[in-house]
Amino acid sequence: MTAVALTVENLTVRVGPIAAVQGVSFQLAAGKRTGLIGESGSGKTLTALALLSLLPDTLSASGHVIYEGMDLLTLNERALCRLRGDRLAMIFQEPMTALNPVMKIGQQVAEPLQLHRGLSAAAAQAAALRMLEHVRIPDAAEKMHAYPHQLSGGQRQRAMIAMAMACSPAILIADEPTTALDVTVQAQILHLLSDLVDEHGSTLLLITHDLPVVATVCERVIVLYGGHIVEEGTVDDVFSAPRHPYTRALLDAIPALDEELPSRKLAAIPGSVPGLGQFPPGCPFRNRCPRATHVCETMPALEGDGHRAACWHPLP
Amino acid sequence: MRRVPPTLIAGGVLVGLVIVAAAISLIWTPADPGHVEVSQRFRPPGDAFALGTDNLGRDVLSRLMVGARNTLLIGIVTVLIAAGLGVPLGGIAALYRGPFEAATMRLADVLLAFPAILLAMLFAAVFRPSTVTAMAAIGIALVPVFARVVRGAGLQVMEQDYVTVARTYGSGQLWIFAHHLLPNVGSVLIVQATVAFAIAILAEAALSYLGLGAPQTTPSWGRMLSEAQSFLSQAPLLALWPGLSIALAVLGFNLLGDGLRDLLDPKLVERVAAQA
Amino acid sequence: MALHLVNRLGWLLASLALASVLVFTIVNILPGDVALVILGTAATPESVAALREQLGLNQPGWIRYLHWLAGVLHGDFGASALSHSDVGPLIVQKLAISGPLALLSAAVAMALALPLGVLAGVHYRKLPGAAISALSLIGIAVPAFWAGLLLATVFAIELRVLPAGGFVDWSDDPLGSLRSLILPALALGLVQAAVLTRYVRSAIIDVQREDFIRTARAKGLSKWQALRGHGFRYAAIPVVTILGIQLTSLLVGAIVIENVFVLPGLGRLLFQSVGNRDLIVVQDLVMLVTAAVLIVNFLVDLSYRLLDPRISAR
Repeated sequence: MTAVALTVENLTVRVGPIAAVQGVSFQLAAGKRTGLIGESGSGKTLTALALLSLLPDTLSASGHVIYEGMDLLTLNERALCRLRGDRLAMIFQEPMTALNPVMKIGQQVAEPLQLHRGLSAAAAQAAALRMLEHVRIPDAAEKMHAYPHQLSGGQRQRAMIAMAMACSPAILIADEPTTALDVTVQAQILHLLSDLVDEHGSTLLLITHDLPVVATVCERVIVLYGGHIVEEGTVDDVFSAPRHPYTRALLDAIPALDEELPSRKLAAIPGSVPGLGQFPPGCPFRNRCPRATHVCETMPALEGDGHRAACWHPLP
Repeated sequence: MRRVPPTLIAGGVLVGLVIVAAAISLIWTPADPGHVEVSQRFRPPGDAFALGTDNLGRDVLSRLMVGARNTLLIGIVTVLIAAGLGVPLGGIAALYRGPFEAATMRLADVLLAFPAILLAMLFAAVFRPSTVTAMAAIGIALVPVFARVVRGAGLQVMEQDYVTVARTYGSGQLWIFAHHLLPNVGSVLIVQATVAFAIAILAEAALSYLGLGAPQTTPSWGRMLSEAQSFLSQAPLLALWPGLSIALAVLGFNLLGDGLRDLLDPKLVERVAAQA
Repeated sequence: MALHLVNRLGWLLASLALASVLVFTIVNILPGDVALVILGTAATPESVAALREQLGLNQPGWIRYLHWLAGVLHGDFGASALSHSDVGPLIVQKLAISGPLALLSAAVAMALALPLGVLAGVHYRKLPGAAISALSLIGIAVPAFWAGLLLATVFAIELRVLPAGGFVDWSDDPLGSLRSLILPALALGLVQAAVLTRYVRSAIIDVQREDFIRTARAKGLSKWQALRGHGFRYAAIPVVTILGIQLTSLLVGAIVIENVFVLPGLGRLLFQSVGNRDLIVVQDLVMLVTAAVLIVNFLVDLSYRLLDPRISAR
């Protein structure tokens, strides 16, 4: 039984009276890479933000997020500031807006080192330069004094990764790190991410809507829909033999590379993802599910051993 | 579900007060605003004169009410002038682009460097001060405000597909202007109009205070303030009422503008939900 | 960058030229009146004609314009039609009063608006934020000259600690000069502060919503550290642009305030000249104020491009 880096119990995130994330529970195995899959509107980003207590003020989170025996949701801001950037790090989807446009790259990457390691400005700059080289940014010394808009999209994301990994965090949360990038750059960034977390022994939580990304990088996968976890297990298990109809449908929607087009219509999931607060009560997928019956008016529990699904009519 | 913003209500009430006071003054005031009774000068607020009397024994409240008429008149005329000139200018700039647009916007920038009061003083020096010079100056000074707003919003509208469609079936520029540009710029215009109104009131008050606006025979809040200044030690309250009226009227229009802007902008909640 | 600077400078000069043409045209739209006004009741057709000849009023408009322009560029602003004194030295003399007044007012405005605006922006959902916001909303509705009157009533008349008007020359009694400027600068500064506070508050509120602030917090910075280290630099951009526009209202406010407190500065000179229809002085002063506004806006535009590295890259 591997060590557990993070335990999430019954996490609920509310936007006013509506629960965008409902009773989500999962564990992150230490040093392993877990993918969190969901479409927009599934609550995946809110889940990630809730883990670091970075939700906007208008939202509230309840439940437990346990790291090293501490419930992060109960910690005060000072304690959280000590952990963020040092033990728990996060990178975001759009590096152009996630980086400060009026501050030099070197300064931004050096900042967590100054904050958490107490390095002097000069020492932090030197360390930042090493990090930038480590993430394979060309002409790193020059780029230290550049502004974000002077870098390419891929380079910006590398800088963000450098910034997040600077203090060798125990847990790295990556929210759609490649979604805003060109396809060719995506693969490079994913490899970089995998290499770095392995090198530092960090635990990775990769959030994305892109199944192939999870298949490439992760060992375990959690599938989120309508704020609920609908399936969870190893990537091999879930992708080769999905048990939840939603997961099945997601996989079916991806055309095979070796398929001769157009041999059939793309298999899309009927209907569209409901907006916030508009999911049907009970199982959130039931109004789009081909296997739904009246039993589905009650939310099923996550059941299984290792490979779990929340469904009254799971696939065999 | 659009809740009515409190700023809109507050602004509406204040502006409504001014309008009502002005309207009522057309048929009735507590006393004759022009009636001079030197024996009654500097009476404090009381039963006969709700807000007291000024240095010539005239009823302050009545003069305030009539002054409201002047305030509203100035506001309406100047905003009409500014919009009447600014909206077509901005609209043409957005429609035709090219050198005309560049020239218009440069002119607008230069015009912005002429504050209303400065322009009014210039006009007053050349043409002799009067309500007309004041209104013309303020109106012209406010033209860039409308021109820029209409051009900005107009540019966005022109990007829309329905305009391209309209062109393909031969709609002329004027048609597009009237039927596509104006309606979509409408909400922004209304907000700008309230802001312009507030600016106009302040500018006119300053001009009347300096004696460069409404003539002596017309009660105006600004002029009442300048008259009160001479008697500051004897009756300090006289300086309170007209100034308060100006402030409340300007506040009312600003709140109205804020409220309208809140009403017409998308709500924050939708944005938060989209981040999930 | 250099090309851009030249481009902007070109636009500044074009704007100045355009403004000067506008001012000159408006002032000289009624050519006959200048001589009539100067001579007043002593005007006879002969004296008017003679004066017109002397003042060069019979030359075509564009020649008179160029004459004036050339003079201004050489520091020769002509002479007041009424007092016959040179306008140039007069302006310099009055500047010694109007300049410090404007600076003092600006200082008051910024000293109040920057901290209050930041406070209101950081706590915009709580009581201090809402209170400051409400106060500033009231503040922008208050006419500066009314504020001046109220301040004069309280401090000059009731409490008798500061003068209600007039000005002691700097060379005679510098402390007295300063005292004469306190109430006017306060009146003007308070009203300007109200306007500025709103902009600072809104800039701070906007920056807190930016993604990079969230990133900064994810690095372990507290909300306040993130704002101070990352937010202020970014929020400075819209605030600086506003400062330029604010200057215009400051100058205009100064003109009115000088008349409230009877300060013998440029504003009072302008007002008196308007009343006397001393058109040459009016023309010069209006051009001066307009030029000042255009130049300051030009400088602000430059600094804006210095502050935001994204723009100077082009």
